[in-house]
This record gives sequence, C-alpha cells and structure tokens, in this order.
Amino acid sequence: MSAASTTSATVPVAPPSAAQKAISNRSLPWFMSAPAILLCSVMLLVPLLLTVLLSFNAFDADTGPKAGTFTLEHYRAVLTDPYYYEIFWRTFWISGLVTLICIVVGTPEAYILNRMRKPWRSIMLLVVLAPLMISVVVRAFGWSMLLGPEGLINGALSAFGIGPFKMLYTETAIVIALVHVMLPFMVIPVWTSLQKIDPGVVNAALSLNASPTTALRRIVLPQIMPGMLSGSLIVFGLSASSFAIPGLLGGRRLKMMATLIYDEYLHELNWPLGAAIALLLLLANLAIMLGWNRMIERRYKKALG
Amino acid sequence: MTKNGPIALLFNALVISFMLAPILVVCVIAFTPENTLTIHGPELSLRWFKAVFEYPDFVSSFWNSLWLGLSSATIATVIAVPAGMALIRYPNRWSGLLQGLFLSPLIIPHLVLGVALLRLFTLIGGAGSFGWLILAHALVVTPYTMRLVMSALIGFDRSAEHAAMSLGASKTTVFLRITLPMILPGITGGWLLAFINSFDEVTMSIFVTSPSTVTLPVRMYMYATESIDPMMAAVSALMVAITAGAMIILDRVYGLDRVLVGRS
Repeated sequence: MSAASTTSATVPVAPPSAAQKAISNRSLPWFMSAPAILLCSVMLLVPLLLTVLLSFNAFDADTGPKAGTFTLEHYRAVLTDPYYYEIFWRTFWISGLVTLICIVVGTPEAYILNRMRKPWRSIMLLVVLAPLMISVVVRAFGWSMLLGPEGLINGALSAFGIGPFKMLYTETAIVIALVHVMLPFMVIPVWTSLQKIDPGVVNAALSLNASPTTALRRIVLPQIMPGMLSGSLIVFGLSASSFAIPGLLGGRRLKMMATLIYDEYLHELNWPLGAAIALLLLLANLAIMLGWNRMIERRYKKALG
Repeated sequence: MTKNGPIALLFNALVISFMLAPILVVCVIAFTPENTLTIHGPELSLRWFKAVFEYPDFVSSFWNSLWLGLSSATIATVIAVPAGMALIRYPNRWSGLLQGLFLSPLIIPHLVLGVALLRLFTLIGGAGSFGWLILAHALVVTPYTMRLVMSALIGFDRSAEHAAMSLGASKTTVFLRITLPMILPGITGGWLLAFINSFDEVTMSIFVTSPSTVTLPVRMYMYATESIDPMMAAVSALMVAITAGAMIILDRVYGLDRVLVGRS
C-alpha cells in the first residue's frame, strides 16, 4: 500500500486503479465502521450531550424544564441537601460492603474451583457463573421469597423457635442480593489470573520448605492481586448504579442513587434534577475507574522498577 | 497441585447453594397449587402457569421482549461484524478510540443510558416507538457481539485467505467462502449473547418503554413492586427456562465457559 501511495505522489499521471486502490484501502475501514459509529453517535453521544444540557435547565413544577435557560440550581441542591447526602452515603457504604464480601468470598471460591478435578471444575464454575445470565428481576424476586417475613429462611428459623427477623426491605436484603448478583464478576477475573500462574513456581516454593500458607501468601496472592483489583472495580461500579435490587428489596423508603433518579424522573417529574444526579453518578463511576487504574499502574511500576 | 480439604469443599458447597437458592426457590414455588408463596406439599400444579398465559399484560410483554431480543441482536450482529473486522484487520490511529466508543455501553450505567435516551426520545417524538426501542437495545448489546467477533478474528489463521486470494478469488468471495464460515461460531455466539442480554435488560428499558412497548422484565418489575403472588414465580420460572435454553444453545455453538471466562 505504501508503494502505491508513493507512486501516485511522485508520478503525475498515476494509473487510476492504483490511486483508487489507495483511497479505497484507506476508506474501507471507515465504511465498515460507519453503522457502528452512527449507532453510538445517535444513541449514546447525542443523548448524553442532551442530558448534560437538560441538567442546567431551570425547572418549573407546573410547566416542566425550560429549554434555553441556564442554572446551576440542581447541582447546588444535590450537593447541599442532607436528604441526598443520606442516599449517597448509603449507596457508597452498601457498594463498599458488597465489594468487600465479594473479595472475601469470591477469591477463595475461585481458588478452590481452580484446584478441583476435571469434570467438577468446569461444572462448579458454570454453576457459580451461570446465574449472571438470569434476569436480575427474577433473582431479586427469588430473594424476596427467601427473606420475606413468611419466607423460607424465617420458616426454617421458626422451626428452631427463633425469629421471625425482619430482613426484607432492609439494607441486609439489598447487600445479600447484590452479593449474589456481583459474585461472578469477582470470580471471573480472579479465575483468569489464577490460570496464568505457573504451578511450577508454587511447587518450587514448597520444595524449598515454604509452608503452604507462605506459598499462598507470597506466590499466589501477589499474582491474583490484579484480578482482585479489577473485580473490585467492576463490583463497586455496578453496585453503586444498581437499580432493580434496591428497587425491589429496599422498598420505598431505602433509596439508593439509581432508585432516587428513577423517582425524580417518574414520580417527581423533575427531569433536570434527575439528570444532574445521573450525571454525578456517571462522573463518580468514571473517576473511580480512572483513579483505580492509575493506582494499579503505579503499584505495578513500583513493583517492576 | 494440592487437593481441596474438607473445609474448602464445605465452603464451595455453601457458595454453590447461595448462588442457586433464589433461582431454585422461584422454580419450585412456580408449581404451587396454593394461593400463597409458601413451600407446598408434594402435589404440583400448573394453575399459575395457566394464569400467566391468561394474563394479557404478561403475554403482550413476552411478545415485545421476544421481538425486541430477536431484532436488536440481529441489528447488533450486522453492525458488529464489519466494525469488528475493521478494528482488527485495518488498525489505524483511531482504532483504539473507536473500540473504546463501541464498547463504552458496557461501562456506562444502564440507568444513565435510560435517562439519556428518554431525553432524546422526548425531543424527537420517539417515545413509545418500538423502532427506537430496538435501536436502544441494539446499542447496549452490540459490545457483547463485537467482543466475540473480535476474539474470533484475533485467533485467526489467515493462510487459507491468502491461498484463496493468490488463486484469484475476489475479496467478496474470500469473505463469504473463507472468513465468514471460520468466524461463524463467534458470530452466532455473539448473537445469542446479545439476545440473552436484551431479553433480560430492565434498568434502561424501564425509562424508555411506554405502556404498549413494555418488555417482560419491566412488566415483572412493576408487578412485583405492587403485589407478590405465585403468578410472579411462574413468569420467573418461564424466564429462567428461556434463558437456560438460550444458554444451552450458546454452549453448543460457542462454549459457555469461553463466553463467561474468556478462554476455554
């Protein structure tokens, strides 16, 4: 291709076929990507831009958002009102706790799965990961049946004369169901990094008289750390923006960021305010992701250098 | 490699039961003959499944979800195959940026997408239109298809293509007779994954559906916030069955483990 373009540049009367070929070779990938670029522009970039504009529009309870106006009122309201602080704080601690539980449960589970023998290994892995594909509404409903006042867990406890405990419509229910939804997102990256470990290195450590615990701590753990970190990132981000789980298991009172935005849009009908909160959620998500990536890069540069 | 001890196996059993519990309980309670959501005796009944099929809201939402899944997965595939090929076969300095753009619906919260699309649809008068809803779903499922197409193209031996070209086959012939059949498992796998994700999607859809275009998960969400009865369990069991069916086909054509953890 480079030969063709130099000929067409130096020789005044270049053979048309070569010139055409050079052009078509350069524009062909753009033709192939054009539908995808169009879809992402019309359905993603333009709507996001419109939402940014909407979040700066003044809002009137009788007539709705006023186009063409500019106000920072919604951002001021969101960032100063303690009512929103409470919801932001709940979203933050629930996502953090879910991430922590996923690390504590998901990492050993991936490690145990990895040590299983042939048929069991892939069967068990599939059982842990396949719920990922079942609708989150179905899973939330399943948990509401397990955790409800007359649900299975309270039923089992009452056989021992304990309870009943109020679990449904509490933060506990949200955390349990979110862990159920997020656990596969932790197991997958940890499992992937476990596959990359050379078992010879572990055996070498063991043959040099390292205890199994030392081998685990000094050889395995550092190598699955990147997997745990990227898993945490996904789990935290998805938990913070989760909608169906807090919506169905938190009831009307226990709002998280996503259910708050839903209420602003469909009950309060204050779209500009809802748009402002949604954009803050998006910004927080992106900031955490970029910050986390930076931190990991720094860590590994330090480890290498 | 050392074996798992009894504690490790117990831990695994607990995790497995935790993962399966809510799904199993839904499927068991769906067959209850009672009027309440309690664990029932040994006799099974299909009365709640019958109730689902006689409840017009669930039936119409089911058809909406099915058509939506089929059409958005197809559009996503038609878009993702050429775009994925352009990214892998003709990399230029924009490729990284474009790939980030195409895959970004994976990291943008669906809630934000729903809010943004609702604004667009209101302004252009597309709210309540099924066509725009299909495009919205195509946007969120295209990344799944594209990732599978791209990984099929990365592990691709091009010698057959070169042989065909040196024997005078045209570009179109090479694509249709060599490239397409070789990446077909990736394409069909991507289509199925896109269908499953469209069929299950709730968070974005709840913002951009109107009463006539409500999808099954959205209908279930609304139903569950108001009342809970065994009919909800029966619909959920049907959802599980459809997803499981699609997953089995996905496993046959592409390999479920490859979809879930990347490599086999």
